[in-house]
Amino acid sequence: MIDSEDRVIKKPQLPSSPNIKLHETSLSRVMILLVFVSLLLITGFTLTHLDTANVQLNAAVKELTSTLHQMFLQPSTGSDGLGELLQGLGMSLLISIMTTIIGAVFGFFFAVLASKNLTNVYLGTIIRVVMAVVRAIPTIIWALIFSIVCGLGSTAAILGLSFHSVAYLTKAYSESIEGIDKSTIESLEVTGSKFWVIVFQAIWPTIMASFVSWTFIRLEINFANAIAVGAAAGAGGIGYQLFVASGMSFDFHEVGFIVYLIILVTFLLEFIAVKIRHFYLDR
Amino acid sequence: MQSSAKYLTRKGWYQTAIIAIIGGTYILGSWVLNFDNLSGLMAVPRAFGWLGINFQPTAKSVEYLPKIWQKLMQTVLLAISSTVVAAIISIFVALIGSKVTGINGFVQLIVRGIASFFRNIPLVAWSMILLFSFKQSDFTGFLALLLMSIGFLIRAFMEIIEDEASETMLALKATGASYFQVIFQAVLPQILPSVLSWILYMIENNVRDATLVGILTGTGIGFIFDLYYKSFRFDAAGMTVLSIIIVVIGLELISNQIRKVIL
Repeated sequence: MIDSEDRVIKKPQLPSSPNIKLHETSLSRVMILLVFVSLLLITGFTLTHLDTANVQLNAAVKELTSTLHQMFLQPSTGSDGLGELLQGLGMSLLISIMTTIIGAVFGFFFAVLASKNLTNVYLGTIIRVVMAVVRAIPTIIWALIFSIVCGLGSTAAILGLSFHSVAYLTKAYSESIEGIDKSTIESLEVTGSKFWVIVFQAIWPTIMASFVSWTFIRLEINFANAIAVGAAAGAGGIGYQLFVASGMSFDFHEVGFIVYLIILVTFLLEFIAVKIRHFYLDR
Repeated sequence: MQSSAKYLTRKGWYQTAIIAIIGGTYILGSWVLNFDNLSGLMAVPRAFGWLGINFQPTAKSVEYLPKIWQKLMQTVLLAISSTVVAAIISIFVALIGSKVTGINGFVQLIVRGIASFFRNIPLVAWSMILLFSFKQSDFTGFLALLLMSIGFLIRAFMEIIEDEASETMLALKATGASYFQVIFQAVLPQILPSVLSWILYMIENNVRDATLVGILTGTGIGFIFDLYYKSFRFDAAGMTVLSIIIVVIGLELISNQIRKVIL
């Protein structure tokens, strides 16, 4: 049988209409648009209904400028003196280091138990839910709760900050553990290795870099939190002196000095963190 | 050549040294701060026992619920609006200051300096300074959260632009597009999902931080918790904490769902 001529010789077809789509409508695009619009609407609503306590904006801004001027251009040690401020700063720093160590140790332990690729689902889910609840309660509330049980002081601050650190680091570490290739774990499992052998010989070396980097992020957060807890719960450290200087004696020269000290320490922490992260990433 | 036994010995020494340093710091810290580890550990179950008895919401504490919810919603709205305003400001600053889209090295340096300056001034200091001039109002809380968020978001957005948009930008530049065409047609659409993800994270964070700001400046949920807590109305304080937990976890779930769709 012979095909008809027009099947053998194809006539050139006109290209379909040149309708180039610039934007593809996908769920993701719609969602982004939806979220942005609703966030903007909420913001607009809130800002127009904001309670400003009838503050005269001009006067307030003028006052703020003079306060900032006192703070940053004329810092002085004020009534506490340099020695006491440095002591408070050291205390805050020690509190943040200690709570980070507690958080890292317990956080790693819980993260191993909570990771989906290591343990059974039920245990993992229970730990996850408990940690989500602990994380939902602000650090300052934890510190206030512990300050009733153990009295005002650094013990309450350490316990309160540790709770939040453990919960935060558990989530961070378990996410890195779940990112591990399954074959790494399986290859040790077939040799008959025990659970903790697998954890310390396969998982620990693999997540070392992200472990170090999350721990240092938490150290920076903990330092900021140690100051906050000191200020709002009277739990010791430089936060308390900051609170007294800015809220009771209104000595803004001293506030400026304290802020400079704090900025110096956070820069130092950031610098150390970058150095150590490079050290672990380059190996 | 290094034998494996030698390598393992060295590794062992190395690990021992690190553990010794960390442990030593911890022991030194407990000694300096007078932190008794044993009694600290014992305090944890005691605290939970105390919480279980005192924070139990009773039939009476339901009366507080409308007021708590009103303040909590106010706080959430405040956290959202301060984050959104901060994001709008930061995205422009980040565009000027990033290594990819930035104007010049000098401006980049200034933007980086400003961002880390805003970020590193503690929230306590911001709240107290603003409280002094803007008095006890929601506006003070809004400003404190705004200034803090700006510092964080500028840095985050700059990193996003540098990570994600540089290739798209080169492609558009090669076609001869102008600077603003590149920004609005390539850079912004490219980074939008990550930017939104960061905004959602910042909102969660700000709701938690708003509690601290509230305690210090006397606004929102922090104020009401402090009020109940310090006047020993623990059942109401427990109700407040419960409401905070529900709202924060709810926000986290919603933003996780949104992230799943957009990323």
